[in-house]
Amino acid sequence: MNRLLDLVALLGAAVLGFVGYIGEVSLFALSGLSHIFRPPYYPRLVGKAFMDIGYFSLPVVALTALFTGMVLALQSYTGFSRFGAESAIASVVVLSVTRELGPVLAGLMVSGRAGAAMAAELGTMRVTDQIDALSTLSTEPMKYLVAPRLLAGIIALPLLVVLADILGVAGGYIVATEKLGFAPGTYLSSTFSNFEAQDVISGLIKAAVFGFVIALMGCFNGYRSKGGAQGVGTATTTAVVSASILILALDYVLTQLLFVK
Amino acid sequence: MSQPKIRVRALKKAFGSKVVLDGVDLDVEQGTALVVVGGSGTGKSVLIKSILGLVTPDAGMIEIDGEDVLKASPARARELRGQIGMLFQNGALFDSLPVWENVTFGLLAQKRIRRREARDKAVEILAQVGLGADVAKLSPSELSGGMQKRVALARAIAAEPAIMFFDEPTTGLDPIMGAVIDELIVHCVKKLGSSSIAITHDMASAQRIGDNAAMLYQGKVTWAGPARELLTTTNPVVEQFTHGRAEGPIQMALRR
Ligand SMILES: Nc1ncnc2c1ncn2[C@@H]1O[C@H](COP(=O)(O)OP(=O)(O)OP(=O)(O)O)[C@@H](O)[C@H]1O
Ligand SMILES: [Mg+2]
Repeated sequence: MNRLLDLVALLGAAVLGFVGYIGEVSLFALSGLSHIFRPPYYPRLVGKAFMDIGYFSLPVVALTALFTGMVLALQSYTGFSRFGAESAIASVVVLSVTRELGPVLAGLMVSGRAGAAMAAELGTMRVTDQIDALSTLSTEPMKYLVAPRLLAGIIALPLLVVLADILGVAGGYIVATEKLGFAPGTYLSSTFSNFEAQDVISGLIKAAVFGFVIALMGCFNGYRSKGGAQGVGTATTTAVVSASILILALDYVLTQLLFVK
Repeated sequence: MSQPKIRVRALKKAFGSKVVLDGVDLDVEQGTALVVVGGSGTGKSVLIKSILGLVTPDAGMIEIDGEDVLKASPARARELRGQIGMLFQNGALFDSLPVWENVTFGLLAQKRIRRREARDKAVEILAQVGLGADVAKLSPSELSGGMQKRVALARAIAAEPAIMFFDEPTTGLDPIMGAVIDELIVHCVKKLGSSSIAITHDMASAQRIGDNAAMLYQGKVTWAGPARELLTTTNPVVEQFTHGRAEGPIQMALRR
């Protein structure tokens, strides 16, 4: 009986802790977002964060998208040829890339690259008193450090996903025409007849949400880190793991909202 | 007597079960320098971080210019604390910015100078702490520890604040540079008529910088008086501390 009570108490504490955590993250997010809209603005810092998140993630996102498109064509060919439905390959590639794989894979890659870097940078600033120093120099740290990164994440991810969409489809095209013997014209026309602006736009909405989540987790964990180098390491890991899980979970929620009518 | 610039009463702060400040009382008179001494880990840094609002105290009162910052509106508290320039114990330089931008950061944030004037201004302020113009373009990680400290000092005094806090300004400097920095601090504080709190372990430095002194021990100010009396007082705690004896009321080795 006592054991049962202990278990319940433990469970209760865990739930309370979780709810408290969600509350803290939400407050942090609201505060960060509200600073985007209030002066002073830091365009230089938004630009720098945009370069870190967007520009320097170009190669890794491009390669991921290209290879994913190629594998997708190859695998669906194996599956569909059993039913003589090879002609569906183009539609499978374009649908899955624009709706799902572009945003999700770009999100996961950027989280590993830029989200981790953000957490490490802010974490180091926290444990070396640099964040405290900001506030003694007439600067609000949330506005100076967090708001530009959130904004850059929201803008950069959709742009990366446009690239990922194009390269993913191109990867499928290359494999289909070079290896699987499709006629380029047939494959392309089949691609375009399955191409829906709606899919792309929904994918970009997802991307903006993922970009926000990546920057939020990077900033939140870095900003709150404590305990020296080890704390910064923990913050970095937590930022990447939580952003990745959130991306996958939110992908489901957003798919439900955007596509299931 | 005029109103003290800073008045701290019954200030308490605990981290978990560990009580760090247990009712600290402190006055900094207008235009004077207070040195705070005390053993490692007695809460000196926590004390000035509480005044700065970087640590939230559990109880007590902190007045700046006669206004309780703990009760004031956030905007007003920010304004009152905005008068404080702070030299952090570890420098806390922004390592993503070059030295000149570090030094002029506060001035730029307050829009008191323009960006293209900032470099020249930085060189000017750096000269005051004995650093040449060539340092301005370096990044903080390219400096020695002592140079970092001086850049941090330059950053703290750049805006000529009415209140200055120095957390161990001369730790990590050679004795001569230490004396130079002490002189600079005295000069700044006197020239600007600022009020200051300096934390130090260095008795010679305490004599040079301080008008008054306070000794923090077991969460309280156990002794306060004119700085020159630090070396002559018969208070056993202060005496042991200033003479650096292992025996006495302060039991370093036995502390948890
Ligand atoms: N953020 C914090 N969380 C938990 N404990 C803290 C925190 N900051 C300080 N402490 C504890 O408070 C005590 C006082 O710390 P503080 O940094 O004020 O010491 P100090 O007097 O400045 O020492 P030193 O001369 O070594 O700089 C220490 O025991 C420290 O462990
Ligand atoms: Mg200290």
